Amino acid sequence: MATILALVLVLIVIGSVSFHLLSPWWLTPIASNWGYIDNTVILTFWITGFGYIAIILFMAFCVFRFRHREGRRAAYQPENNRLEWSLAIGTTVAVAALLGPGLFVWYQFVTVPKGADEIEVVGQQWQWSFRLPGRDGLLGTSDSRYISSDNPLGLNPNDPNGQDDLVIVADDLHLPLGKPVKVLLRSIDVIHDFYVPEFRAKMDLMPGLVTYFWFIPTRAGTFEVLCAAFCGVGHPEMRGSVVVENESAYQAWLQKQQTFAQLSARAKKVNLRQ
Amino acid sequence: MVDIGTVEVIPPAEVEDVELYHPKSWVTKYVFCQDAKVIAIQYSITAISIGLVALVLSWFIRLQLAFPGTFSFITPSNYYQFITMHGMIMVIYLLTALFLGGFGNYLIPLMVGARDMVFPYVNMLSFWVYFLAVLVLVASFFAPGGPTGAGWTLYPPQAILAGTPGQDWGIILMLASLILFIIGFTMGGLNYVVTVLQGRTRGMTMMRLPLTVWGIFTATILALLAFPALFVASVMMLLDRVLGTSFFMPAIVQAGEHLKYGGGSPILFQHLFWFFGHPEVYIVALPAFGIVSDLISTHARKNIFGYRMMVWALVAIAVLSFIVWGHHMYISGMNPPFGFFFATSTLIIAIPTAIKVYNWVLTLWRGDIHLTVPMLFALGFIVTFVNGGITGLFLGNVIVDVPLSATMFVVAHFHMVMGIAPILVVFGGIYHWYPKITGRMWNERLGQFHFWVTFLGAYLIYFPMHYLGFIGVPRRYYELGETAFVPPSAGTLNVFITAAALIVGAAQMVFFFNLIWSLFKGKRAGGNPWRATTLEWQTPQTPPGHGNWGKELPIVYRWAYDYSVPGAEQDFLPQNQPPAKRMPVAAPS
Repeated sequence: MATILALVLVLIVIGSVSFHLLSPWWLTPIASNWGYIDNTVILTFWITGFGYIAIILFMAFCVFRFRHREGRRAAYQPENNRLEWSLAIGTTVAVAALLGPGLFVWYQFVTVPKGADEIEVVGQQWQWSFRLPGRDGLLGTSDSRYISSDNPLGLNPNDPNGQDDLVIVADDLHLPLGKPVKVLLRSIDVIHDFYVPEFRAKMDLMPGLVTYFWFIPTRAGTFEVLCAAFCGVGHPEMRGSVVVENESAYQAWLQKQQTFAQLSARAKKVNLRQ
Repeated sequence: MVDIGTVEVIPPAEVEDVELYHPKSWVTKYVFCQDAKVIAIQYSITAISIGLVALVLSWFIRLQLAFPGTFSFITPSNYYQFITMHGMIMVIYLLTALFLGGFGNYLIPLMVGARDMVFPYVNMLSFWVYFLAVLVLVASFFAPGGPTGAGWTLYPPQAILAGTPGQDWGIILMLASLILFIIGFTMGGLNYVVTVLQGRTRGMTMMRLPLTVWGIFTATILALLAFPALFVASVMMLLDRVLGTSFFMPAIVQAGEHLKYGGGSPILFQHLFWFFGHPEVYIVALPAFGIVSDLISTHARKNIFGYRMMVWALVAIAVLSFIVWGHHMYISGMNPPFGFFFATSTLIIAIPTAIKVYNWVLTLWRGDIHLTVPMLFALGFIVTFVNGGITGLFLGNVIVDVPLSATMFVVAHFHMVMGIAPILVVFGGIYHWYPKITGRMWNERLGQFHFWVTFLGAYLIYFPMHYLGFIGVPRRYYELGETAFVPPSAGTLNVFITAAALIVGAAQMVFFFNLIWSLFKGKRAGGNPWRATTLEWQTPQTPPGHGNWGKELPIVYRWAYDYSVPGAEQDFLPQNQPPAKRMPVAAPS
């Protein structure tokens, strides 16, 4: 039994490492500036993987070498201060090696660069909507009191900053390649989470709060948006798309979008006709 | 070499023996029983029974993930009800109840040398309130609309709004059941703590307690401090749901309708929930740490390495576990600078935890390792716990958590570290103490079979699952559908995982068969089949009788780990064995 167990433990180590190296399953190709995040993931793999292999192999050795045989007697050693403290210090160093780079990248993650374009993501069961600031570069204020079928995102109709905001309800979001963007997130019903695996960054939409994160799209393409916070039975169907494209394509797309003022005017007309 | 193991006689203090309640009828002996050992069995059977429901639910979850849309009885609503109930049952009603109510009740009085818990009547009430909580939980399966499907974290506003299954009755019964559970637990928990502090026999100093008792003791203190946060959160959410208050409910427009809520904070619930929820991980883990220490030491015939460090590591983990809850909320929109604090505190907790792992494996070093079934489970625990622990270093380090949170990586991580690892210890513990509880041995072959299938199967389920998370497969998805970034091979992997899960689940029947069969047909075990040092193995009767000890309480002369002491005749010295008399020097008369 001891031989079998020791062998199995060694096989677990070999199997796990080979699985990691050989299996086709790994992070999706990145499409944002957060390559640092991938690097910290890989660093964590190296450090913790070393610990894992060392501990399991040590166990395998002990299980085999110190297996019970007739007449065998264990050693008696309650403590070994030197050994215990050196292991504790070694672990502390390893933990610091993980934490230092991790916090460094987190600092970048929470520090939005000046000049990042603000956009807004609005979640509701079970669709994604977006708002862009329009010509003035400013998003108008919003409040859920204002939400109605004519004003699905609840923009403040009295705020001049909001009149030229581009309102995109349940349609794709387009972003220009290579420009930092600060994503403001707002939910009008329950908690959602704006999740594009290729961007690495994600953040909850917390009703009652406006949350944010920032990133730079670095690869053109169409990326699927998923919801990563359970939001009811329609949770898996809450999908959207982000199209990252060059500046001219982006400008062309912008021209086709409706401003809040245009939407309100049209809504008024429809109401009058009825 | 330090003096921790050396024998020192503590003069017997004048401790009066306690007056025990003696049952007079079948009902007071087996139903409304005040004997901690019977209460332990009641707790264990109830917890394992409801745990079997969770096991079956996990099969349904896996069937859906491997073969989406194949089974008509798994609708999206059902699926979310299954995952919610599976999680809630496993964490609270199985693991918490089994470790503290089951192992705690059986082992604390016996291991500290007491006749019973200090408040036997309250102890009895504790079980029956827990039983009621389980009944209310079960009732929600039969309520109109079924049990809640809000996810085991019950996050508002979702939990109490339309679009969540069980929004009518399920959530109300769930919250009521949690409230009952906490009331029941508090009665038991106070008992465990006071018994460890006040009920120890003569000579049983705190630093002579077996680590099992230390683990259960610290876990109980954690639970007594953490559960109140869940209690108030449950009451507040119940008020939001029933009376229309807005503790956790901001202004909400759902499906075009302005709801009458406003001004509350859903993130407040998350803080309350995880202020309970993170210590909860250690409420499950610390008893497992303690038990596994004793299993390894006993079956390696060697004292646990670094006992004092082990005790202080337990205490350090317990204290730190109260300041790490924010790592569950890194992407909740909590003020981002909090990430620095919670990542730091979370990674610091890895240090005492790693020390415990080192000391377990160092206990094996130069041991005399008997690969009994309990020992196999203990060693299996180390593998799964180390694996689950290091993935915790991924998720605890705030920036690494960002891409991995809410994916299958998280599911794999917490199942490995607080599902599989503690459950392996539960099995190890049951195999270890079963001979004491029943007086009989189980079938070794069946036990070994149970170990290999469970250990290897569980590893095959959860190790590859992490990689689904790396791809980015989100958790809590009824079906993934057409998702561009997920390769079709991920579907194959899901089928493989489901096959392993079904096999591992089915193998548990071997365990139950073994327990029941051995109850009647097992070999007589004798009082101390493992030749262990701790007091529960030194009882005059096996199974221990009412009041545990004979006329006299045992007196403790040594720590719990006098294995293979040089010069001793046997390779173990029971805690109540007096020190060898020195040969009297011939005194001149």
